[in-house]
Amino acid sequence: MTTAFTIESVRNAIAERTLTASALAEDFYTRIKQNDPEIGAFLILSKERAAAKAAEIDKLAEAGNPLPPLAGVPVAIKDVMVTRDVRTTAGSKILENFVPPYDCTAVSRMEAAGAIVLGKLNCDEFAMGSSTENSAYHPVHNPRDKSRVPGGSSGGSAAAVAAGMAVATLGSDTGGSIRQPASFCGVVGLKPTYGRVSRYGLIAFASSLDHIGPFANTVKDAALVLRTIAGRDPMDSTSAGVPVPNYVAALETPVEGLKVGVAKEYFGDGLDPEVRTAVEVAIQKLAERGCEIVPVSLPHTEYAIPTYYIVATAEASSNLARYDVVRYGYRARNARTLPDMYRLTREGGFGMEVKRRIMLGTYVLSAGYYDAYYLKAQRIRTLLTRDFDEAFKKVDVIAAPTCPTPAFRLGEKVNDPLAMYLADIYTVTANLAGIPGISVPCGENHEKLPIGLQLFGRHFDEATILRVAHAYEQARG
Amino acid sequence: MKVTEKDVTYVAGLANLELSADERVRMLKDLNSILDYIERLNELDTDKVAPMAQVSDRYGADESRPGSERFAYAAREDVRYGLRESLDHDVALKNAPETDGTFFVVPKVIER
Repeated sequence: MTTAFTIESVRNAIAERTLTASALAEDFYTRIKQNDPEIGAFLILSKERAAAKAAEIDKLAEAGNPLPPLAGVPVAIKDVMVTRDVRTTAGSKILENFVPPYDCTAVSRMEAAGAIVLGKLNCDEFAMGSSTENSAYHPVHNPRDKSRVPGGSSGGSAAAVAAGMAVATLGSDTGGSIRQPASFCGVVGLKPTYGRVSRYGLIAFASSLDHIGPFANTVKDAALVLRTIAGRDPMDSTSAGVPVPNYVAALETPVEGLKVGVAKEYFGDGLDPEVRTAVEVAIQKLAERGCEIVPVSLPHTEYAIPTYYIVATAEASSNLARYDVVRYGYRARNARTLPDMYRLTREGGFGMEVKRRIMLGTYVLSAGYYDAYYLKAQRIRTLLTRDFDEAFKKVDVIAAPTCPTPAFRLGEKVNDPLAMYLADIYTVTANLAGIPGISVPCGENHEKLPIGLQLFGRHFDEATILRVAHAYEQARG
Repeated sequence: MKVTEKDVTYVAGLANLELSADERVRMLKDLNSILDYIERLNELDTDKVAPMAQVSDRYGADESRPGSERFAYAAREDVRYGLRESLDHDVALKNAPETDGTFFVVPKVIER
């Protein structure tokens, strides 16, 4: 594999005229052509759009004008974010031929900063899954071991960066769908605070849990992308009016004296011993850098998965009601009446996991069950969030494994939905509480499978988790 | 709580999903195993805990104001000419499976 580019190395090379954005985009399309048949990360290529943007950047460079922060950087977008005039499927058959008439805010901000959108990335259907095996099109193979999953639901986004087919990508994280694939593929993945990045243009799965965030090779690149996409958007009323700090400038601030919490609930049964060791070694490296390691407790952690699967599926059942195929989507042709059309289309257009979640969500919201399930889950969500509030009175970040195991094999968990859900055990808490979380590679197991270190931070304190992650990255080498 | 076949039919109807016979069998099994697992939430006494619908309330809502005024951060001025542009009519129709140029066309609502 050729030397990995970073955002800065690309921008500098273009500014210095040793490289053109157009040539680089072509180079990446060649890489995709060579590598993607065995990986399956891409669903759609947007060559015209990429060429037009690259030409625009090259003109700026030729004129000697200052270049925007992501100038010429080849990126790709998880196919749950709409891209104007470029097919967007959400990994589903029901949107097979959907061509959006507008752009997702995060995508337009990336392009405004000069990024070259190469294409749309494969994912679990409607972002529902932890392995990308629920894509209605084809699965994605982990570039580090092609017999294994890349993780999900942003499997394509993680694999594209890991295989050098994009310098950075955007994914979405509702229960761990950025952090877990980042951990499985050995790249950096960041889920920001809820409301940090606009969700306008993100095809909704669970509106109180969905987040957009970056994948990259380095923490610095993740920080650069976050700075580009974060900030209030009038088109998303849940996007926060909190000012966006300069995450990159803050990276080099020494971490000496910062308190790193270690919660025993994240190191219990079910944690693979090699993952435990790798994460403990990583935490030790932070101690060597002057961090104080403090034991903390997050007592309601064991209730996170059931809570998540009530809240997420309930919200999904509501969000996916819009796929009535009146205004867009694949329509079943043999329907004689409108009710038939709704039922047959949704039956044919949705995969089994999506149907399962819609059923569960509808059930927990139905009359007679709402209080017992949905309302109960909302109260437990308060308790889980309070756990973090209490912990963050004592520490600045919390360190944990990202996943209990490294990447599992393709096909291994498809027949056991509950086993698949339990793989999210260390990630769903951050979605329920809305706090930021980052996964950074921290070693490999004996089969050379990547392992991820996860860092959680206070609401809107991405700067601190990025700083600690960066310090760890430097110490790790 | 045990889910029955009747429940599966009822819920599928609510969700406008037409499940095949095989899917119904699988669904019955999966829903029961998941709901079984979810039962453990009843170990927690949450009577005195306020529900949390979403995170944004923590840093968006103004608790000193009554009712929906708490969410002023999400509102705009109620002015006629404060609206953003909408999609052009033909752009809005572009992805439709069937149109007559003006409206979306669907099969008839009622079968006689």
